[in-house]
Amino acid sequence: MSLLEVTDLTLHYATRENPVRAVDGVSFRLDRGQALGIVGESGSGKTSLSLALMRLLPSNATGYGGSVVLDGQDVMALSDDEFRRQIRWRKLSMVFQGAQNSLNPVLRVGHQVAEPLMLESGARKAQARERVLRLFDLVRLPREAADRYPHELSGGMKQRVMIAMSLVLDPALVVLDEPTSALDVSIQAQMMNLLKDLKNNLGISFIFITHDIALASDICDRIAVVYAGQMVEVGGADDALTQPSHPYTQLLLGSIPRLAADEPPQFIPGAPPDLTDPPAGCRFHPRCPYVFEPCDRDAPPLAAARAGHEARCWLLAREAP
Amino acid sequence: MNTELLRVDDVKVYYQARKGLIGSVAVKALDGVTLEVRSGETLAVVGESGSGKTTLGRAALRLVRPTGGRILFRGEDVTNLSDSDLSTFRRRAQGVFQDPYSSLDGFMSVAQILEEPLVIHGVGTAGERTEMIHDALRDVRMSPPEEMATKFPHMLSGGLRQRVGIARALILRPDFILADEPVSMIDASSRAEILYLMLELQRTYGIGFLYITHDIATARHFSDRIAVMYAGRVVESGPAGQVIDEPLHPYTEALIRAIPEPDPSNRLHQRPVIPGEPPSPTEPPTGCRFHPRCPFAIAGTCEVIDPPLIEVKPGHLTACHLHPEPLGE
Repeated sequence: MSLLEVTDLTLHYATRENPVRAVDGVSFRLDRGQALGIVGESGSGKTSLSLALMRLLPSNATGYGGSVVLDGQDVMALSDDEFRRQIRWRKLSMVFQGAQNSLNPVLRVGHQVAEPLMLESGARKAQARERVLRLFDLVRLPREAADRYPHELSGGMKQRVMIAMSLVLDPALVVLDEPTSALDVSIQAQMMNLLKDLKNNLGISFIFITHDIALASDICDRIAVVYAGQMVEVGGADDALTQPSHPYTQLLLGSIPRLAADEPPQFIPGAPPDLTDPPAGCRFHPRCPYVFEPCDRDAPPLAAARAGHEARCWLLAREAP
Repeated sequence: MNTELLRVDDVKVYYQARKGLIGSVAVKALDGVTLEVRSGETLAVVGESGSGKTTLGRAALRLVRPTGGRILFRGEDVTNLSDSDLSTFRRRAQGVFQDPYSSLDGFMSVAQILEEPLVIHGVGTAGERTEMIHDALRDVRMSPPEEMATKFPHMLSGGLRQRVGIARALILRPDFILADEPVSMIDASSRAEILYLMLELQRTYGIGFLYITHDIATARHFSDRIAVMYAGRVVESGPAGQVIDEPLHPYTEALIRAIPEPDPSNRLHQRPVIPGEPPSPTEPPTGCRFHPRCPFAIAGTCEVIDPPLIEVKPGHLTACHLHPEPLGE
């Protein structure tokens, strides 16, 4: 059984005019101990997707719906209060983008990591401290760092603190939103190695949100590509990276400058659409080089390209209307 | 092609930072950097945060006055010129900056943004300036220029804003452009488009570019030469392909190996990493600044002697005790 099954998840934001369709009918599943990469450019809705999963909705959220089944439990049926007490942080936690800069500057970081433990599970101080120190070992922070203030730590160390914090209540699934985007490449590589260890040794599942499909390949077993609020392709990492089916995924891979090869990178002309007024039909059609008759009229369904690999493209869905 | 345009000679930039209540400490952002940019070439300066690459760019445009060393522009020493004497230099040396959201004034239209440098340098009549603005917009593929000129920055995407930034740098027909992380805030699928545009403008107008980036992969494809910086120093420089395919300095090699290519087998093994973090610029390590993190450090040498930057292969320099022999005459 899958650890997480998401069906038709939707999250829109109200504006004065049309709503912003940030997450528009997204479905995927994730097996225990696996990492799913959610890859998309800015404005593709990937961060909104994580907020929808964590049910951390801004005040202008509308059209929040769909089904989310976590570990056999239908979490969308829970009230906000039940969700907070039973799910968030206990079963599903998150490392936010740039979160290392949102640590409280006047509290020692060990105290901040222990906070959910003491509030949520009523642990005693000594127990909580012991748990924090063991977590620091796990994320390869020196134990004495627990008594330091955020400004005394480097960016990489603060991000390790955030990862420790996400693990404090032993969740089965951690959502990582661009966990390395503020870090230098040499520190990024250290962080990816740490995440791989947590996944392989502790069996933690990850949803890894990133704009960088190459970085996603460093940890993800499955990769989902999002464009304009929709999932356009999802499949095993091998398939998605070496035989992508959707033109957007193909072009995105082609736009990465390769270090080892002389072929120059390509680019996708144009810009992603405005999510208050996405294009009719396939949302990628104005930028797609293979556009043909049904593309600007009808939205393509998510169609099977191979076993366990789907893409939302009329080139696959041959039975065009 | 091969004439020297900008030369940075042993340049040092130290900042004073407060320490405690009354003390202060020197932050050595740039500590003896020598390099040159030739006409019509792109020199990429690659480094992580704190390596001094942005300070180098600011010094190259004389936005900061160096603490030591010299900056020569077409052979003329501009190191200590006053702001009023810099006006000719400023006209010929321009900058494109990282953040297209904060480097354009939100209350000015595209036409006003592009006209400002022309007005400051007293170029043309109002009619001529309008024509130049339209030409610059055509150069950066913003069409129709008459309509684009009336837009305000908030109406434009990040990619278009950065094109306005490039047009602004271009409008005075400079010989030299500093491009400091010009695409790091642009979406991956559009990055190459902006870089190709800059390459094309370089070929059309013969501009020399100093391309400052943390992204060594774009440096390979969009520059002629690469200089790698670490802790305020250049540790390696040479032809772009050669620096990446046959790196000489262990830091360059580590930097290259830290970057994932989109390969599904990556997830199956750990990536080789260099331990630790870059040093503090207030108290850099003795000897070679990379020695505490270097897997090949030679005890008794690397922590004692600061290695000089020497030419090891034709045009390929490094500062490393593993390569002690300079190229023979």
